[in-house]
Amino acid sequence: MAIFVYLIYKGASSLSWAFFTEVPKPVGEVGGGMANAILGSAILLAVGSLIGVPVGIAGGIFLAEYGRGTKLANAVRFTADVLNGVPSIVMGIAIYSLIVVPQGHFSAFSGGVALGIMMIPTVCRTTEEMLLMVPNAVREAALALGVPNWRSVLAITVKTASPGIITGCMLAFARVAGETAPLIFTAFGNVGWNARLDEPIAALPLQIYVYALSPYDDWHRLAWAGSLVLIVLIVLAVSLVRYVTSRGVLKGAS
Amino acid sequence: MGVGIEVKNLNAWYGSNHALQDINLNIPANHATALIGPSGCGKSTFVRCLNRMHETNPIARVTGKVIIGDLDIYKDIKPVEIRRRVGMVFQRPNPFPTMSIYDNVAAGLKLNGYSSRHVLDEIVERSLKNSALWDEVKDNLKKESGASLSGGQQQRLCIARALAVDPEVLLMDEPASALDPVSTSKIEDLIFQLKAQYTIVIVTHNMQQAARVAEKTGFFLNGRMVEFDSTDKIFTNPSDKRTEDYITGRFG
Amino acid sequence: MTRIRFQQRLEELKEQLLVMAGLAEQATQRAIEAYRERDLSICDQVSQGEITINRLERDIDQAALDLLATEQPMAGDLRFILSVIKINAELERVGNSAKSISERVRHMERMAAAELPVNIPRMATLASEMVRKSLQAFIEADAETARSVLTMDDAVDGMNKAAFKSLIKVMEEQSHLAPQALNALMISRSLERVADHATNIAEDVIFWVEGEDVRHHKSLNMVQEQQDKGGTSAS
Repeated sequence: MAIFVYLIYKGASSLSWAFFTEVPKPVGEVGGGMANAILGSAILLAVGSLIGVPVGIAGGIFLAEYGRGTKLANAVRFTADVLNGVPSIVMGIAIYSLIVVPQGHFSAFSGGVALGIMMIPTVCRTTEEMLLMVPNAVREAALALGVPNWRSVLAITVKTASPGIITGCMLAFARVAGETAPLIFTAFGNVGWNARLDEPIAALPLQIYVYALSPYDDWHRLAWAGSLVLIVLIVLAVSLVRYVTSRGVLKGAS
Repeated sequence: MGVGIEVKNLNAWYGSNHALQDINLNIPANHATALIGPSGCGKSTFVRCLNRMHETNPIARVTGKVIIGDLDIYKDIKPVEIRRRVGMVFQRPNPFPTMSIYDNVAAGLKLNGYSSRHVLDEIVERSLKNSALWDEVKDNLKKESGASLSGGQQQRLCIARALAVDPEVLLMDEPASALDPVSTSKIEDLIFQLKAQYTIVIVTHNMQQAARVAEKTGFFLNGRMVEFDSTDKIFTNPSDKRTEDYITGRFG
Repeated sequence: MTRIRFQQRLEELKEQLLVMAGLAEQATQRAIEAYRERDLSICDQVSQGEITINRLERDIDQAALDLLATEQPMAGDLRFILSVIKINAELERVGNSAKSISERVRHMERMAAAELPVNIPRMATLASEMVRKSLQAFIEADAETARSVLTMDDAVDGMNKAAFKSLIKVMEEQSHLAPQALNALMISRSLERVADHATNIAEDVIFWVEGEDVRHHKSLNMVQEQQDKGGTSAS
């Protein structure tokens, strides 16, 4: 909370309409904004989620419902743990060599992939844990009705665990939203406007990093503002998801 | 209508544990048959072999024949299909926690592809009436979740859910052991009425319940079936001393 | 071994019944002795004992009822308690018969002694032997002994019928002896009753031990034979 208050103090003064609509101005010029970084983060996180959430949930379902006790499951779990421990900069470098180099250019896509892969372990382990918490009695009830196993897993077990699974996804989302290191060699950043996946793209954390390290006071102020905005956006995104799901979208049609 | 069950030389294992040994018996149609015995005697395992739920345990194994109606359920039919014809009610009520009362009862049908609203409404109402729960919930079918009911009501909800898929046999694994005496009586009265339409097999460790509810009773001990006879005979003059010792409380 | 308290209560019930049995046997013996000795003081003892017997009957029934209500007895235990209740009733009736006999003895006291063609002592010995044996069968849970009591009943029945015939004759031919004859007739009948009670006790023992209900086998067999012969069942 204290950090948040401090951020408000430091950053609020630099917020302006320009901040949200303009792109950065060349070095030395006053003003400008981080609109491109906001859009860039959104795109990167969208790509990342599209990769990380399905793979993570599928992994979690496999670990909890199909592979319990098998060697494959242990291997998957081990891999996820390792992936979790990989420093984000290393992840960035890995994606650099795997995607950026063959493609020959930095891209939003590669940035998204890096973020997505970083989301997988969290989503996967949380999904597994939440699924394991569903009492076996519920599974048995479904099976005893003659429901095929896959249907029981999806329609009953996953649904029962869905609040927890959503939380897991949001945790992962919130974590990668602020990642800077993996984007350095993948998305690379962009002072201009870009909404394409195959070109370098700006991102809020990246931009903040650059500005904070610069010698310009103006950019420092923008960095504070950017940090504040980043946090607020994350909180908004998470709240939105909570609101939508508690309204019953996931309670099932009745 | 219910069908009879023929069990021939049924053996069941959990890994290397020989849980059921050479079980042979005939369960009559449209009757209630009770299975009694001390903890770990195999009666629950036996019942789970009747709807192939035993196999959901990865180290489980079964040999022998179980013939329900005229189907050898281990040869002629898939597990998923037999479970639609042989319903099960568990010891602890286990309604689906995220679903309303209506959805709980309709779950078996919906999850198997039936979706006609009109038909579902009818079946839900009929099932709830058959399980003596309709009057208590008819105003809140879609608003209340299954988990908001009392224990006895939840169990009757589970019975309604099992009946909704129109099985021929209803297996009940200690259905009233988690309930208070009044709820237990309601469930027992229910079983009495259900007998007319279904074949009922009830596992119970409460002998008085078996005596009240079932025409035939089987006594299991250490994975074997020791005695199977009319309930009156078992409880007034059993043939096997082990049966006598168990029901008079000399052990177990 | 579980249900220790229950086992103890069953033992206590058995003990109570045995006390009852002892009193009933004693009453019978005393009544017969009073007859032989014409001793009115013994008649008083029988009357006294009757009060105790009645009280004990109520106590035993209550104890049995409590056991049924609280212990949910099954199988052998259930049959045992049921038998105790029935034997209890039979023993009380034995006490009643003994009292009847001793009442007759009081009446006889006021009459002149007479030689009558009836062997009361012999009947009495048989009847009390049957009672003793049926109770032995109960104590030892022995169905064989119980069955032997059933066969003894015919002898006593025969003696009673014979006594009936000869005493009627006496009343017709020697009317001045009618009071004594009538008395003797009633005593004979009381003894036949005692034998019946002993038979019932034996049947109850067989029910408890073997789970088989052997009552009324004679009359029921007759009905069965009629039905088999007639071909039409009119039950």
